[in-house]
Amino acid sequence: MEWLDLIAQVSGSAIRFSVPLLFACLAGLYSERAGVFDIGLEGKMLIGAFTAGTVAALTGSAWLGLLAAVLASVFFALLHGFASITHRGNQIVSGVAINFIAAGLTAQLGETWFKIGGQTPQLTNQERFMSLGWPFAEALRRIPVIGQVYSQVLSGHNILVYAAFLAVPLTWWLLYRTRFGLRLRAVGENPAAVDTAGISVQGMRYAAVACCGVLCGFAGAYLSIAQSAGFIEHMTAGKGFIALAALIFAKWRPIPAMWACLLFGVLDAISIRLQGVPIAGIGIVPVQLMQAVPYILTVILLAGFIGHAVAPKAGGVPYVKEK
Amino acid sequence: MSAPSRELPRWVDIGLIPLVNLLAAFLVTGLVFLAIGESPLESVAIMVNGAFGYGTGLGYTLFYTTDFIFTGLAFAVSFHAGLFNIGAEGQAYLGGLGVALVCLPLGFLPMVIIIPLAIIGAALFGAGWAFIPAYLQAKRGSHVVITTIMFNFIAAALMIYLLVNVMSPKGSMNPETRPFDVNAHLPFIHDVLAGLGITIAKSPLNLSFLWALICAAAAYAGMKPQRLIIIAMLISGGLSGFLALNEIMGAQNRLLLEFTAGYGFVGIAVALMGRSHPFGIILAAILFGALYQGGADLSFEKPTVTRDMIVVIQGLVILFAGALEHMFRPRIAHFFTKPLKTKEA
Repeated sequence: MEWLDLIAQVSGSAIRFSVPLLFACLAGLYSERAGVFDIGLEGKMLIGAFTAGTVAALTGSAWLGLLAAVLASVFFALLHGFASITHRGNQIVSGVAINFIAAGLTAQLGETWFKIGGQTPQLTNQERFMSLGWPFAEALRRIPVIGQVYSQVLSGHNILVYAAFLAVPLTWWLLYRTRFGLRLRAVGENPAAVDTAGISVQGMRYAAVACCGVLCGFAGAYLSIAQSAGFIEHMTAGKGFIALAALIFAKWRPIPAMWACLLFGVLDAISIRLQGVPIAGIGIVPVQLMQAVPYILTVILLAGFIGHAVAPKAGGVPYVKEK
Repeated sequence: MSAPSRELPRWVDIGLIPLVNLLAAFLVTGLVFLAIGESPLESVAIMVNGAFGYGTGLGYTLFYTTDFIFTGLAFAVSFHAGLFNIGAEGQAYLGGLGVALVCLPLGFLPMVIIIPLAIIGAALFGAGWAFIPAYLQAKRGSHVVITTIMFNFIAAALMIYLLVNVMSPKGSMNPETRPFDVNAHLPFIHDVLAGLGITIAKSPLNLSFLWALICAAAAYAGMKPQRLIIIAMLISGGLSGFLALNEIMGAQNRLLLEFTAGYGFVGIAVALMGRSHPFGIILAAILFGALYQGGADLSFEKPTVTRDMIVVIQGLVILFAGALEHMFRPRIAHFFTKPLKTKEA
């Protein structure tokens, strides 16, 4: 039964690894389905993580930290909107700018305010989102499969983990079952048609980037006040780009986005487990190879070798209203 | 805002508008300085002096400028072909591998042979890393923006693996190669000039600066809209690879982790500010070089200002000069085209 236990443990940590990816991936989904490319997910996550760490440390409240993270991230999302929707600037360049500003500003402000090497102060358990044990989780731990799944895979995560997985059906419902979602998808495919119907393309796109900002705030807050006990410089470490890869891998759809993020989370969890451990018949798999797998898979997918990823048609193109 | 903007005088288009954008970026930078409790004017004075005020500082400015000329040209070449190569970071990283594979085993050769070989190595490896995204874009329509981002990360993973497991000397814990032999060091400009009897301040400014200017001149002479996606991307990748000549062969003299330090991304801003014209790129590269060197001096003189401040300033310049480049244009255009309109009426 030991390997069952191992699988349960790896699954549990895979879920925890996939959460920031999932928030950021869904964030990108709103923005890109509405026709606004966003390579600034990374930057907004970083801003969210820093703000959450700072506010949680100052107020002692994880919830206020989360709220502040969302607000700060939305601000940068709207800045991206201002550049790429209002002023029709290049969306890629705007994303790069936001990543730069976020990386520099969080490190500089962290150093200015707390003077502990760009970090925010260590949070106590009351100032973070802590794991929630489900009822009887400890008692059921020894029951094979069902008990292990219950106590090690499903139970024992913090509330943001559950929020991330709830956001998946919610996004699906919003996108495919509401008028808002229909319009959002339409401005990403055929903005002129939406405009003809008398709906503001710019307004819809702003709403989409705002949704993106909210979710990036959650992603950042998860990193600094749920998974860790404070902000560390550059703590997103490329997760925003893995989320982007997951988004493409999922072909811009919410449910596959969850599977893609879980897959990348599993890879992460396994690569940590396998560090320096030889696999029978293969030998030691370099940890760097495991870390590169999400990117390699995405390139292979983009090349059209496993299915075909078709981006929203109007993605990356600023909308110019016809006169 | 549509029709009159075509009538803009050239100096407004390539001079005034970028300058206004830059001023806006610096204005916001000033606010950030105020926010961290530093005087913006005093900081500017320190930065300008650090970048241009003394020989060594100027040398460092031009040293960084070299990096930005290479990556700026790299982005411009792809941009002219309608492509968005944001993989300069990874291509430069692989360029470093190309340089090291020449310099490590062939260090016994005379310098005049090693230098051209290293140039070829940097170009081949940089271009090689751009080839797959280029091929996928040309033949299978895979978006080059996304594939080059992915290739940046794959490059980083590959280089960490190589430097940790393969290329570091036995028994060494440092993820870097052994130092190159002296023959494989690009000569410093101050040493070259000293040989001619001219004394200038010491700095890491090396011969790759001249190579950057040659590349810019070649781009000026030969830059026409390059329609072949693959060719444009290969040239772009090769130019990115040259960054390694400056950093690896000119300054560090060994291959090490993360020597590209975001210079590849800054190249995007350099090219956009320089309007993708080689001369403009050189000017923009000097600006960013000065920011780097001035910022380094600033963080040295004022411990409250970290080197991350430079990253903030760069980000703001990219934002205002790149993403928000159209923000002031209609108003400026309106101002300059008004008399013309009344004449027509």
